[in-house]
Amino acid sequence: MLDATVTEDALRVEDLTVRFVRRNTDVAAVNGCAFSLKPGETLTILGESGSGKSVTLKAMMGLLPDYSRISGKVMLNGDDILSMPRAAQAKLRGRAISMIFQEPMSALDPVYTIGHQISETIIQHEGVDKVTAWKRSLELLEQVRIPSAERRLKNFPHEMSGGMRQRAMIALALACRPNVLLADEPTTALDVTVQIQILLLLRQLQEELGMAIVFVTHDVGVAAEISDRIAVMYAGRFVETGTTREIMRDARHPYTQGLLSSTVHGGLRGKVLETIPGTPPNLASLPPGCAFAPRCRYAMDRCSEGDIPVVTRESGAMARCVKAAMLETT
Amino acid sequence: MSAALSTPASTPVDPRDRGGPAQPMLLVEDLRKHFPVRGGLLNRQVATVQAVDDVSFSVRKGETLGIVGESGCGKSTTARLLMRLVEPDAGLVTFDGDTVGVPHGISINEMRRQMQMVFQDSYSSLNPRMTVSESIAYAPYMHGLPARQAHERAEALLGQVGLNPRTYARRYPHELSGGQRQRVNIARALALEPRMVILDEAVAALDKSVEAQVLNLLGDLKARFNLTYLFISHDLNVVEYISDRVLVMYLGRVVETGPVESIYSHPRHPYTRALFASKPTLDPDRRTTEMPLTGDPPNPINPPSGCRFRTRCAFAQAICAEKVPPLEAPLYGEGIGDSPHLVACHLPEAQAAMGVHHA
Amino acid sequence: MSEATYDLPSTRVAAAEQPAAPTPGYWKSVGQRLIRDPVTMFVTFVLLGILFITIGAPLVTNGDPFTGSVMTRLKPIGTPGHWLGTDETGRDLWTRICYGGRMSLLAAILPVSIALVVGGFLGVVAGFVGGKIGNLIMRVMDVFYAFPSILLAIAICGILGNGLRNAIFALAIVFIPPLVRVSETVTAQARQLDFVEAARASGTTTMQIIRHHVLANVLGPILVYATSLISVSIIISAGLSFLGLGVTPPQPEWGLMLNSLRQAIYVQPYVAALPGLMIFLTSMCFNLMSDGFRSAMDVRLNK
Repeated sequence: MLDATVTEDALRVEDLTVRFVRRNTDVAAVNGCAFSLKPGETLTILGESGSGKSVTLKAMMGLLPDYSRISGKVMLNGDDILSMPRAAQAKLRGRAISMIFQEPMSALDPVYTIGHQISETIIQHEGVDKVTAWKRSLELLEQVRIPSAERRLKNFPHEMSGGMRQRAMIALALACRPNVLLADEPTTALDVTVQIQILLLLRQLQEELGMAIVFVTHDVGVAAEISDRIAVMYAGRFVETGTTREIMRDARHPYTQGLLSSTVHGGLRGKVLETIPGTPPNLASLPPGCAFAPRCRYAMDRCSEGDIPVVTRESGAMARCVKAAMLETT
Repeated sequence: MSAALSTPASTPVDPRDRGGPAQPMLLVEDLRKHFPVRGGLLNRQVATVQAVDDVSFSVRKGETLGIVGESGCGKSTTARLLMRLVEPDAGLVTFDGDTVGVPHGISINEMRRQMQMVFQDSYSSLNPRMTVSESIAYAPYMHGLPARQAHERAEALLGQVGLNPRTYARRYPHELSGGQRQRVNIARALALEPRMVILDEAVAALDKSVEAQVLNLLGDLKARFNLTYLFISHDLNVVEYISDRVLVMYLGRVVETGPVESIYSHPRHPYTRALFASKPTLDPDRRTTEMPLTGDPPNPINPPSGCRFRTRCAFAQAICAEKVPPLEAPLYGEGIGDSPHLVACHLPEAQAAMGVHHA
Repeated sequence: MSEATYDLPSTRVAAAEQPAAPTPGYWKSVGQRLIRDPVTMFVTFVLLGILFITIGAPLVTNGDPFTGSVMTRLKPIGTPGHWLGTDETGRDLWTRICYGGRMSLLAAILPVSIALVVGGFLGVVAGFVGGKIGNLIMRVMDVFYAFPSILLAIAICGILGNGLRNAIFALAIVFIPPLVRVSETVTAQARQLDFVEAARASGTTTMQIIRHHVLANVLGPILVYATSLISVSIIISAGLSFLGLGVTPPQPEWGLMLNSLRQAIYVQPYVAALPGLMIFLTSMCFNLMSDGFRSAMDVRLNK
């Protein structure tokens, strides 16, 4: 979908589909999502709760429960990790691809010090000795700008503030110099003044290390701060992708437009906010055609009939919408 | 959706209104709450969390006062103190001219009939064993309204918050989406026909598109029922959108207050300026490049002496550690008179606005 | 966690204006889930069966639990007229088991019921009021916790003397502390939920809050725990009888029967094991039933 030659891509996802199948439910969480990322590039998956954005990341990291059915391809440096044996997958995860979470407390082990956890990861993946690993841990904490890093290495997670913990988790994720970093709402639980620090840190680290980042958020403002490209996700599908500028300034899909115009800012004082009526669809019984159609103000008969046309712009930007396609042809 | 439901005619004068429009709905003076931290041997008090420290403000009739601040600034404790869910250590709260909880004043119970609260977590603030209409009808029923009328009121309110009572009245909270549940919570808060509603992070847990729906609803209800809002949030954009006046809190104290336009266009306090500068820009061409502040807000256990922001303030001087800056009008202030812009900072830079503006 | 949460109508588009089918009440939906759970249904039937043969003993056997004949001592299982064999004094074992169950079940269920009322009350008070009163209640319970339950029961029985009434009393004391602790925990959790605060903020009195908001939410977990205690209670009460501290001979009681058949273990091992099997079966059924209740009552508290 997003054109690039295979060799250059740090990460390339093709037709990723995730279903949660249990005794009497079949939830279509992710329905064929595709993207590719070059080293040093940041793609933001923007979506509301239940859109499947976090599931997409977890599927890549193998963090989904047993009853999930995953298909499609996740190409990491040219190899499809989904078709690898489990042991090989586990080896890659945490090394070539790693993940940071919204709640650092759940990702960090409360009974070990930060230094212990980071050096343990390094030893496990690279087989170096303890002294080297500890030195690397110290460098990592300095790299994520934790003040008095030497002392902080001996801290337990609960002894740190929220922002420091988030930095420590980033250090842990970067321990084995991954090519791809997956970030699942890492700033959502933080205060505004800390959030901007973490966003700036991620941008700086990306410049220094050249990794590709897949950043998941529901916050349009955060997406505008961090991303090169944005993919808007709705009901498990990318409904629109494009560069940050294209999405923020010239969105084509009615859902993206609604999301942007319902984002509150001071300029709207005293005005009635534009809203998207209704609530997201039930993923266990998605309507045929465009899943957004029941809430869409431009919806027409064609929207609920099977395949929805995909409009692609020269830049590679994409919108999956009947109305956008009609505007394109006329 | 529910046009047929009765709406109270917008009465120009509420019979419960005592002091007229000039008298503030709520006057808070030197409100203080310090929580003891116990620990060690024998459960002794080892420290104090100075959650709310000498906070004073007033809310006018019919306005929306926004309280904004980061975690640990005491904004939610303030809400709980006002509702008397937590007993304050010191301070006076006056509701429409009557001091709350003193002889000859207004009783706590009577105050709670006129002032209600909506909580952040839409799920845990509804009893999972009660249907939606039972939850809404509960308080009026407890206050002596016959069961039938209480349920009728609940259904009418459901309609007014945009939920069809035929569809939703008999549902349980776990059968609703987050936005629908928050609408139920709002209806529940309105069931006692309050004059003032405290909204404690009421839209924080909602998706953006749903948040906009609820904000519209809040504006609509405010006009319809002549409500006064105290809107507590960490979201600077939402506070700017909904508030008439704003109160900025940091570590249990008020650092700046004033009309929303004045605060947002000319923030005076270094903390307020840093807070606004930290806001994501929504513009990919004007991204933030400088960190406005470093570090996290310090722990409210044993906060810094003097000005509590001084440990993170780029302009801190010796006096900041010695003296608590009073909340007063800046030297060259605008908006003096009816609605003053007040700031608690020793620095002449803040007094003179320093020419740093947030667009 | 439960499958039912996925296909709820909550995620449907709100614009759908058709009146929804009235949703079943909470207890009704619990009942529906119970019916769909084969294990719980099965053990419930087994328990009902046991209840039937004990309470309705005269209906299922026409023997006399007290008289036996020296001629028919220790007959094996399958003896004509004594299909479960006979005990060491020649009494019909089937009859003894049916009548014995009355005592066993009484000595198991009654103490738990007493403990449920007393312990539940203390626990809810401790959990809701907290502070000094709550602390006092909990520390007193901790003292009881210091003793292993079976030793405590034996000690109390030893002091009060043997007999069924004392055994029941002793067991009730043993079960009060764990019930207080469980009730205190769930109540303290429920008390912190926002809806309790919201009720307080609209001027509801403390007793009303406990009645309408707290009890409804804590009764389920407490009942489930009490059911699981019955299985322990059966074993301990049988143990007391076995030691001669509970029911006195010649009254039939499973624990007592197990004791007196002990001597016959080499002569008729299967017959001797039968009272033990009944104890095991009943205890296990109560345990499984409480598990079933627990999962049926599990409405996820967080979305």
